[in-house]
Amino acid sequence: MPHDHDHDHHEHGHGHDHDHDHDHEFSELSDVALRVRALETVLAEKGLVDPAALDVIVDTYETRVGPRNGARVVARAWSDPAFKARLLEDGAKAIAELDYGGRGGEHIAVVENTADTHNMVVCTLCSCYPWPVLGLPPVWYKSAPYRSRAVIDPRGVLAEFGVRLADDVEVRVWDSTSEMRYLVLPMRPAGTEGWSEEQLAALVTRDSMIGVGQPLAPGSVA
Amino acid sequence: MTPPDLSALPGIPREEAGPLFREPWEAQAFALAVHLRDRGLFSWREWAEALGAEIVAAQAAGDPDLGETYYLHWLAALEKLVVVKGAASSEGLCDMKDAWERAARATPHGAPIELGAETRQR
Repeated sequence: MPHDHDHDHHEHGHGHDHDHDHDHEFSELSDVALRVRALETVLAEKGLVDPAALDVIVDTYETRVGPRNGARVVARAWSDPAFKARLLEDGAKAIAELDYGGRGGEHIAVVENTADTHNMVVCTLCSCYPWPVLGLPPVWYKSAPYRSRAVIDPRGVLAEFGVRLADDVEVRVWDSTSEMRYLVLPMRPAGTEGWSEEQLAALVTRDSMIGVGQPLAPGSVA
Repeated sequence: MTPPDLSALPGIPREEAGPLFREPWEAQAFALAVHLRDRGLFSWREWAEALGAEIVAAQAAGDPDLGETYYLHWLAALEKLVVVKGAASSEGLCDMKDAWERAARATPHGAPIELGAETRQR
């Protein structure tokens, strides 16, 4: 705010409630920002919302939970056949071994890509997504074109994401719900024999765990 | 294979590092719903149904629904669900929104907006 306006303003800026309100000296909140504040205040006054908890939630999803978690799960599965078996048996339970879980991850099914089968995940209703392992979904995942076309034309959508599959590979599309969310276990890239879990995790992209991408090639990471 | 309709998919954000929330209100609305679910006001199923219904209604009303309006639907679903659950009334929310609007207009630009600022101006 330019300070030289301050003085002017004091001459006539007070005593509001007339048509003078779009004064740049004073604040304005967007309609949606006002609605969110109203919700928070009303619910906090009733003791239904703890404002400090909201900050923790935002921080959690902005800084702590994201697709690196899922990448570690995938790398573990690539490295440890017993873990992989447990993961395919009960995704959420095996994922909890890495201390990932909680909201949005109560039930996670892990679907494995093979030479014959490629899996991809959508939520046709809204945006259900395995938060503990992938964080919050990208914008396109929430968009109507993806939600509808992933089901109608999965190969077309895959092609747009740069995934080309042989004609004899079966594409399975999994529709997430609030009760069951899906994580794709991509195929381990060739040429990664002897790699550590940490090295392998660096190859695992978010998109490969949604099923609209492939892991990075071994040569592409340092 | 039918050729994909490239115009039907929005520009696909490729970076992993884009902002999760484009504006602070999106983050607050997100956290409110998550927190109320954590506290048991509603279940994930109820939430998904409310959000899904809001998205369907918005699309029917002409929203291209490319993901950019997602948190608008999120907020609308939340407002309805808290009323359905008896946690707030529409009137109560509306009054509080007006109070915040008056507070904002009574707060010098750049200062934190606090409820009650409008009463000081009256």
